[in-house]
Amino acid sequence: MSTVEVPMQQAASSAPQSDAPHGTRGADRAFRAILTMFGLTVLAVPALMVLELIRSSRLAIDKFGLGFLTGRVWDPAREEFGALPFVYGTVVTSLIAIVLAVPVSLGLAIFLSDLAPHRIRKPLGFMVELLAAIPSVVYGFWGIAVLRPWLRDTVEPVIIKYFGYIPLFEGPPLGFGMFAAGVILAIMIVPTITSVSREVMQAVPQLHREAAVGLGACAWDTIRYAVLPSARSGIIGAIILGLNRALGETMAVTMMIGNVPKVSASIFHPGYSMASVIANEFVEATSDMYVSALSKIALLLFGVALLLNLFARWLVSSTKSKLEKRA
Amino acid sequence: MNSDTPVPVASPTSAPKRTLLEPAPGETLRRARSYFFEGLCVSSAVVVLVPLFLIFIYVVSKGLSGLSLDFFTQLPKPVGDERSGMGNAVVGTLILVAIGCSIGLPTGILAGIYLAEIGRGKLAAAIRFIADVLGGVPSITIGVFVYALVVVTMKRFSALAGGIALAIVMLPTVTRTTEELLKLVPAHLREASLALGVPEWRTSLLVVLRTASPGIGTGVMLAVARIAGETAPVLLTALGSSYWSFAIDRPIASLPVQIWRNATSPYPKWQQEAWTGALVLIIIVFLLNLLARIATSRSVKAR
Repeated sequence: MSTVEVPMQQAASSAPQSDAPHGTRGADRAFRAILTMFGLTVLAVPALMVLELIRSSRLAIDKFGLGFLTGRVWDPAREEFGALPFVYGTVVTSLIAIVLAVPVSLGLAIFLSDLAPHRIRKPLGFMVELLAAIPSVVYGFWGIAVLRPWLRDTVEPVIIKYFGYIPLFEGPPLGFGMFAAGVILAIMIVPTITSVSREVMQAVPQLHREAAVGLGACAWDTIRYAVLPSARSGIIGAIILGLNRALGETMAVTMMIGNVPKVSASIFHPGYSMASVIANEFVEATSDMYVSALSKIALLLFGVALLLNLFARWLVSSTKSKLEKRA
Repeated sequence: MNSDTPVPVASPTSAPKRTLLEPAPGETLRRARSYFFEGLCVSSAVVVLVPLFLIFIYVVSKGLSGLSLDFFTQLPKPVGDERSGMGNAVVGTLILVAIGCSIGLPTGILAGIYLAEIGRGKLAAAIRFIADVLGGVPSITIGVFVYALVVVTMKRFSALAGGIALAIVMLPTVTRTTEELLKLVPAHLREASLALGVPEWRTSLLVVLRTASPGIGTGVMLAVARIAGETAPVLLTALGSSYWSFAIDRPIASLPVQIWRNATSPYPKWQQEAWTGALVLIIIVFLLNLLARIATSRSVKAR
């Protein structure tokens, strides 16, 4: 959403100088104090979150340290905890999702911002947003019921038949596993990537397009040479936001990935993800160390999401403001 | 195109004469490429929209057959019992959303007013930024946080903990929407109110906030739609329950968690109920989205 310059603040700052009757000043001051307090709440929540997550994963941090990240064994009974299978599963499923989702999302974003007839742009955009609003548990359930048999009987056998000699595509077509989780994630992150990159493309000044058309460019040339280059870093930001969503997605992945804490080379094998292991085991975790190890995974997830988010938002907002300045 | 190639029209003897209407060399290729890529874009639109329809149609066709009064009035029963439903989960979701809203909405809206009206400088920028970042934190992490903060302290899973988790999920959306919409309120409204001697706090609440309220309502509805479908944080905080439960300090059932439990169970009967639950949940979420959309277009038209 574009913001209009804010003359209200000027109005606000000139207010105290007016001859307000006594009593209103005090009320205003109290009002401002209350507002500031609520503003600070927004700041305090994530801060508290970091502290609380560190505190509850203290035990695991002290015992495993950084080796937690490379440990392959997850054995709650013997209190041996390594997060590598989960980190691996999260990374692999997210990458599959990005590879599958980015081309179609960009295609759709270009279609919505430049190619579609004006009459259908809005309803189409709305439909994409509805796609984003479907709860993740429903996606997962649909994944189990529809996507899984389809992948198992149609898609995976074909890939295994022709590319099965590559370890990446080896194995029995189960229909669940890291590939299946990646596919469902791809469907779920398309709306995010589409809507953000469409926003950035729409911020490209109309004059750029007109100039390109004036030079004799056809529709695709205009997009290729006038729109995409200036929107590029914003589009990268959109992709990272999609990646961020894929990393943290829980229910649909839990239902599709197979939930086996193993590191396997083939994407058709079952795996496990960081978010899924928390969802599956947190409530039933019996020992303090177990809870602590799961909290540490949550902390890890938080840290990764934080970094990706910061970077992506910086990219998107700097691109947009640059483009809007040019307009 | 190269500038040093001789222009065909200028050479009188060699090269067939071309009129301006004839395509230049390479033009056909360029056209073809253009059509090709445009076609790719259109087909990716189809590829994206088809799953939406598939999911939507599938859920409707699967869920519709189980939709009956029993679904809303009965408890989940073991397999074999015909009269079974998810009534407690429907009520539980409403309760959880209500608790989430009663904590998240005032906090978010007041923080939004702060950002739009008096927040300036580095502090406001930091709050704005952190709000955006909070919006990108995985909801399961929020669940773990609230578990450590509330569930451990209270020593039991509770509706309150679930509500707090949902409030945190909705907080950033509400804050930022409120801010953006307050900034769109024309300054002269505010100036007129202040000039009449209305104190600042009444101006903010009764003039500025009221003018922006349809738009803020839109943001609120979208946030509510989102938290109504949240599963992961609720699972870790409200846990779920197979009984009627209205107490705020006890575990409580919710639709998403109940759908998850039933969907991953081996019994077709339970799975059928999960489809009906999914249908009800999707209807709630879509209705809220639709209402939000209608409200926006109304308020845009009114302006």
